Amino acid sequence: MSEPIRGWRSGAFEMLPRLWPLVALAAIIAIIAIAASFAPAVLQRRTTQGLINLIAVVGLYVFVGNSGVLSFGNVAFMAVGAYVSALLTMKPAAKSVFLPDLPAVIAHAEWPTLPGALAGGVAAGLVALGIGWPLMRLSGISASIATFAILVVANVVFGNWTSVTGGQNSLMGLPAYVDLWTAFAWALAALVIAFAYQETRSALLLRASREDEAAAQAAGVNIVRHRLIAFVISAFLSGVAGVLLGHFLGIVRVENFYLDLTFLIVAMLVIGGRGSLTGAVAGAVVIAALTEVLREIEVGFQLGKTTIAAPAGTGDVILALIMLLIILLRPHGIAAGRELTWPFGRS
Amino acid sequence: MERVVQILADAVSVGSLYALTALGIGLIFGVMRLINFAHGELITFAAYTLLALFGQPIPIMLFGAVSVAIVLALITERAAFRPLRNADPTTLLISSFALSFFLQKLLILLVGSRLKGLDFLPALARQIEFAGVRLQLLQIVTIVVAIVLLVALTWFLKATRLGLHMRAAAEDFRMARVLGVRANKVIAVAFALSGILAAAVSCLVVVQTGVVQPRMGLQLVIIAFVGTVIGGLGSLSGAALGGFLVGAATILLQAFLPPDLRAFREAFVFVAVALVLLFRPQGLIPARGLKERI
Repeated sequence: MSEPIRGWRSGAFEMLPRLWPLVALAAIIAIIAIAASFAPAVLQRRTTQGLINLIAVVGLYVFVGNSGVLSFGNVAFMAVGAYVSALLTMKPAAKSVFLPDLPAVIAHAEWPTLPGALAGGVAAGLVALGIGWPLMRLSGISASIATFAILVVANVVFGNWTSVTGGQNSLMGLPAYVDLWTAFAWALAALVIAFAYQETRSALLLRASREDEAAAQAAGVNIVRHRLIAFVISAFLSGVAGVLLGHFLGIVRVENFYLDLTFLIVAMLVIGGRGSLTGAVAGAVVIAALTEVLREIEVGFQLGKTTIAAPAGTGDVILALIMLLIILLRPHGIAAGRELTWPFGRS
Repeated sequence: MERVVQILADAVSVGSLYALTALGIGLIFGVMRLINFAHGELITFAAYTLLALFGQPIPIMLFGAVSVAIVLALITERAAFRPLRNADPTTLLISSFALSFFLQKLLILLVGSRLKGLDFLPALARQIEFAGVRLQLLQIVTIVVAIVLLVALTWFLKATRLGLHMRAAAEDFRMARVLGVRANKVIAVAFALSGILAAAVSCLVVVQTGVVQPRMGLQLVIIAFVGTVIGGLGSLSGAALGGFLVGAATILLQAFLPPDLRAFREAFVFVAVALVLLFRPQGLIPARGLKERI
């Protein structure tokens, strides 16, 4: 292990050790994306989905990793992003069929995809600002439960606000523009945002409060404020992940943004290690690979003349079991709170 | 007038159900600082036990449901929570979340995710005439069961040696241990009690809805969590009160909101909860000894 980084010097090369976690993680997902671009279409699609999950995990990490407060509510922000982008970018003709009661401004909107995606992220961030302002006052564990309430409320609202979201009916006909490279570009952007944020003073103060709330408070850290900043950035990234998921599937369904997705994203972060960006990426990559293997086992393989297949749902049980074992045996996950360190001697 | 009484009876009975659920969660939080997601799976597994024993005499079904909930509570404590006894609350929370999903997914793997009808104690669905008002017998039974369990639990905590130990452990676990309270015993008893409460809730819910499905427990528990938070985490009376208020508020909103807003009733309840927390972040009845002294 190399020594901790001591200070900053200018010059691109000298900065490399400091930026190393970001550079290394970006390189890893670049290699995965490039490898997938040569793979068959099915695998390419699954890699795209994996990258979208990675953005969601990185989004969750920005809040959970820096504040130490577990959030179950980020999938609600994914839903906000998905619906906002869907409503802004869908063709007015499609909207008039599915959602005849939309306000005129939205009904006639046909935004290009990138502004739509940014609007989705920003909308999620604004919602987080509004909700987080009261909720971030709660102590850690109560705040976690409150974020679960956000998830439930979002599900109730999106599932019943029929004139705008289509309610229990799916919203179909989204421009399906998300391919491997779109997802990759956004994944890179998410890594850059998460890394840049965690190098700021605000994030350092927040991490101090994570380690010792009372001491940080005594030293004058305004915990509520820094938590709220992290919460909003986290919601923005989650919102973008939701946008991409919607436009990847071409369809937004309210039940896709509920407990199962929450479980998957939280499990990825916990298994990878919730204390570092490296952990977030590691969890997303490892679980994606594992899910792929489990899917093959559920489909079954030929042994002589008989097909041996695990019953459907085995994958979920195994994922839950792995999460349980990780938290019992290695509570800080694969990465255990560390970032990748500069491997070439002292910085 | 009759309608108002009926709505009130409904609100009180649903409130009692959530109070019992919140109490089971609050009991465990008190001694372990653990928010037990898996409490929902105790409820679900008890309900599936009723389904498996369907056709047997009623006492056997009830006994089966209670025993399964108690045994499952004790196993989960031993396997998933005892190894983490000195961990921070977030680690415990994650452990219970993972455990809850593990049990739920295991159940889906074993019996499938479709809901199944279960006509348990249909006699309780009968309407009865009470002081000139027609009420469902089940509502009265629910309220009576809740009162009986509350009184019994209060008696246990206030009048028995083990109850005294439990209250001591809830106030200051380390100090209680130093003074000779047996940690494993107290925690095991707390889990067993939460199992009994879960089984009671399970039976009442099954009678009311007539169906069982793998997510039923989690749905109840999420609402009850919010109840324990507004009641004041770590305070048992707070948990009961918070659970009761959240449950009762849901029914009252259902009854008095304009029809096109009724579907949003949970959203209204949770917004109200957020407003309460804005003014009382420690909950309605703050617990003593929760804030760590330095």
